[in-house]
Amino acid sequence: MTTPSLRALRVAPSTPSEGATPEDRRSRILGVPGPSPRRGVVLGSGVLLIVVLLVAGAFMPKWLTFLLTMAASHGLVSLGIVLLMRGGVVSFGQGLVFAVGGYAAALAFNRLGFTDALGLALTGGVAATLVAAPFAPLLSRYRGIFFAMLTLAMSMVAYGVLVKTSALGGSDGFNMGRATLFGQALPDARSGYVLYGVTIVCAGVLALLARVYFDSTRGLVTQAVRENELRVEYLGGSVRQAMSLNFLLAAFAGGCGGALTVMSLGHIDPNFSYWTTSGEFVFVAILAGWQSVLAVFVASTLLEVVRSFSSLYFPNTWQLSLGIFLLLMIRFLPDGIGSLWVDRGRKGARR
Amino acid sequence: MATALTILIDGLSYASWLFIVALGLTLVFGVLKILNIAHGSFYALGAYAAASFVAWFASMKFAPEWSLVAMLFAAVAVAVLVAPLTERGLMRFFYGRDEVLLVLVTYALFLVLEDVTKLLWGANPYYVSEPYAMFGNVEIGDQVYVGYDFMLMGLAVAVGLAVWWGLNRTRQGKIVLAVIHSEEVAASMGVNVSRVYMLAFGVGVFLAALGGAFTAPLISVQPGVSVGVIIVSFAVVIIGGLGSIEGAAIGALIVGLARSFAVHVMPQAELFSIYIVMALVLMVRPEGLFQRIQARKI
Amino acid sequence: MQKTSARRTSPVHALALAIAGLAATLAPAARAQAPAAAAGTETFKVGIVSFLSGQAAESFGIPAVNGAKALVEAFNKGEAPAPYDKAGIGGMRIEAVYIDENGGATKQVQELRNLYDREKVDAVVGYVSSGDCLAVAPVAEEMKKFLILYDCGTPRIFEDAKYNYVFRTASHATMDNVALARYLKARNIKAESFNMINQDYAWGQDSRKDFTLSMAQLYPQAKLGEDLLPKFGAGQYGTEISALMSRRADVTHSSLWGGDLQAFILQAGPRGLFKRSQVVLSAADHVLTNLGDKMPDGAILGARGSYGLLSPKSPLNDWWWSIYQKSYQTYPAQAPYRMAQALLGLKMAAEKAMAANGGKKPTTEQLAAALTNAEWDSPGGRIRMTLGGGHQATQETAIGRTRYDAAKKMVVLDDIQRFPAACVNPPVNVKSEDWIKSDFAGAKCN
Repeated sequence: MTTPSLRALRVAPSTPSEGATPEDRRSRILGVPGPSPRRGVVLGSGVLLIVVLLVAGAFMPKWLTFLLTMAASHGLVSLGIVLLMRGGVVSFGQGLVFAVGGYAAALAFNRLGFTDALGLALTGGVAATLVAAPFAPLLSRYRGIFFAMLTLAMSMVAYGVLVKTSALGGSDGFNMGRATLFGQALPDARSGYVLYGVTIVCAGVLALLARVYFDSTRGLVTQAVRENELRVEYLGGSVRQAMSLNFLLAAFAGGCGGALTVMSLGHIDPNFSYWTTSGEFVFVAILAGWQSVLAVFVASTLLEVVRSFSSLYFPNTWQLSLGIFLLLMIRFLPDGIGSLWVDRGRKGARR
Repeated sequence: MATALTILIDGLSYASWLFIVALGLTLVFGVLKILNIAHGSFYALGAYAAASFVAWFASMKFAPEWSLVAMLFAAVAVAVLVAPLTERGLMRFFYGRDEVLLVLVTYALFLVLEDVTKLLWGANPYYVSEPYAMFGNVEIGDQVYVGYDFMLMGLAVAVGLAVWWGLNRTRQGKIVLAVIHSEEVAASMGVNVSRVYMLAFGVGVFLAALGGAFTAPLISVQPGVSVGVIIVSFAVVIIGGLGSIEGAAIGALIVGLARSFAVHVMPQAELFSIYIVMALVLMVRPEGLFQRIQARKI
Repeated sequence: MQKTSARRTSPVHALALAIAGLAATLAPAARAQAPAAAAGTETFKVGIVSFLSGQAAESFGIPAVNGAKALVEAFNKGEAPAPYDKAGIGGMRIEAVYIDENGGATKQVQELRNLYDREKVDAVVGYVSSGDCLAVAPVAEEMKKFLILYDCGTPRIFEDAKYNYVFRTASHATMDNVALARYLKARNIKAESFNMINQDYAWGQDSRKDFTLSMAQLYPQAKLGEDLLPKFGAGQYGTEISALMSRRADVTHSSLWGGDLQAFILQAGPRGLFKRSQVVLSAADHVLTNLGDKMPDGAILGARGSYGLLSPKSPLNDWWWSIYQKSYQTYPAQAPYRMAQALLGLKMAAEKAMAANGGKKPTTEQLAAALTNAEWDSPGGRIRMTLGGGHQATQETAIGRTRYDAAKKMVVLDDIQRFPAACVNPPVNVKSEDWIKSDFAGAKCN
């Protein structure tokens, strides 16, 4: 007996979608994916956005390029969380892969003399994936608060290990020099801009790949897992495999984000793995919602901007202003920023 | 070298503190399904309130024994003022949402309360040391202990028994248990779930504030006291099972004894002993030691 | 809440939204930059970064910021004693921007960039946390902007790297524990065994290492007993105190600070630890005003410099003490002193540079040249930039013993012994750890 096509899982969400276009409804009933030119438009406008940002970056003040670099590299980590969120679990321990990616890149720079920026980003991603790999099968069995708490515990154990390892600078961490690009050393005046460029390109490429993944078969299985695991298993999909894969991809994204952050920051310390760092990534992911990839980076930028300005205008009460901002966002944008421009009908069976 | 007795007493002492502090957290999760990061902030509020109340009682020339009453009042005051405000004014907008989203809401609340506490009481430290000296010293073998620590052990037992009795032997308590088991079914049986939420949250805040109030004599109450409590209470409730009173007690005992053992025998491991225990419990028996088996809805 | 005819918003709209968002981000920045070009009298803008929230706020951050506020006001009015009596900095009014150091190294790097780029400060004075110092120093260097680290303790800043534009106007933390060990030796205090309790992070680990190595040189027969490393911010030390009490030792060393130290003292005092063992604390002066009579007598402690009750008498010190006391009703402990010596150093260097360049606001290079290898008087003694290529200060320190004075209703320090800078700081081009292990080769103690 042949297993039914996994695409069939995209059929008929349990509540009728209100307000969807006839075209969407037809696609859904027939079980075929939406019109493919839409994907081309998405990819095209994504590339355009990357180019626009690169050009704009040349005219921005330095503090702003730095802020956007941080927003993009942190956004990558949150993208990993969104990947997991689409499967219905939230990781409270992405700090672990963030730290592993950062330390791997910094150590490769300091100890191995490997200095290429793109190579270091890749190193971070791969290192994080390798560290996450043994845990993926274990974690793929957990859901809800237990997944969150186990990932949190793991990231805090890593924090403890890093604090105690004085060879890595202990709780003070250590510094990393300036990366090179394609063998060229980066000139003093433009190094910030070049690293900004590298980060935007890496983040952009990974974001587009994420978008492609979300719309792919495996990505749709993930969405189905979020709605009802038992049915997915019954229909022949493997929930464990989907969740493990998601965890590894999230680790890769987190590791890249960590490496990119370290390159621009020039410094790494165990706080990268602390639970409050992970919490901020989760906040950005929830603020963004799980439909739109662009929303993740918009949310990340928004958080950086709010943090920066509340620190300036309220040096004594910035925690209060940040907390209020978080509450307002969660309250009034319940499905995240992405819901501002993604079709509500697409949410389907969300209760 | 420390004797087994020292390790035991230290473990029990720390465990009693942990139990009082973590009990509120597990109760709030059991009923409202919220893992409350702001629990640490309520603890801090209890400590600050105790500082203020004890100072007030002292200024009214009450006998020193009344400082204990003052601390109790402080915890009640915090619960009465803060719990309804938080629960009705904030939390209820987010019920039914994803569990992790609620954790983030409580994180935001924690940030807000950090600065609110600083605005209300300032950054200077407060001391509440009169009660600490009240119970004298207890000498056991070579060690000198403060009687107050034994009082805390007694308090932990009293609080545990009170909560257990309240849940299992009173009508209101059984209703709360019903809501813990299944809120949908309870609601359909006519229980005013929203009122149960308020009650449970109030008790949770009270217990956190009680922990803070009775810890205030041991520490210097200043900005930052909330942070250390959060992770350690999380670990206890995860180990014991979310929503279980017995679990909180056993979890506290395990963490307390493990930590005492680590400090006396293997101090280098102390930093991550708690996270490793938490991770191990989660890997081996994720629902904790006492979590009720939940039927999965299909 | 249904969207009627929910046409899927096209990606183009999404793109437009993103660009609009970016523009919105830039707009307040553009507005913030406009007022910076103020006409009329020039100001010297200083960014001051320290802990305004979190666990270091009460003990280090806020007192330092208070000290800065008092000093900046006094400078602007020209009220400081000579040679600091010029108004502001060389006539220019000092404008201070205060930033909270809480939030982690990543945030601090961003804030530093904002300070230089967006707020256009001429200099930054800051940083208590060693992790933050290590993170921000290369950033200031890369941006070619002037940075004074005023408080952080790690020797690594100038031992691991060289800087042109980054300075530290206080001794690093090696001095604290070397002086402590020397005090014990000078007073002939019995130390055949010692216990230690330090927080488990870089500060505590480094202090522990420095003290152990110093003791190995000065008391070769001494045995290390309990070596406890509680978590930073633990607050509950019952178990640790039991361990310290059950393993009898002549000396108990700790580098605990802030709320943790106060909790430790409140819990250990009643249990008799201070009577059973000679407690030595490397950085404890800041808890004395708060603890008052709860501080047990006879504890030996330092202030990471000759500060507060350990400060040397001088007209500058008297003046400084009085302005701080008047504003804040308490005497200044170590944190405001270190801020004071940083600001005095900044003022001195800037005015020296201005004298050399004809009275104009000094550039970063001119400031750096003026402060390299410089010396100046501060309320805590003379500061000399002798290490780190002229970028790292050394100064004297002092150790004393506590006693509660019931008449004055405050803790006072007796048996004060001063240690000259060359006695407790490593010499040029020698790493701190190596210097201690070499039995303090080259140290000049009188």
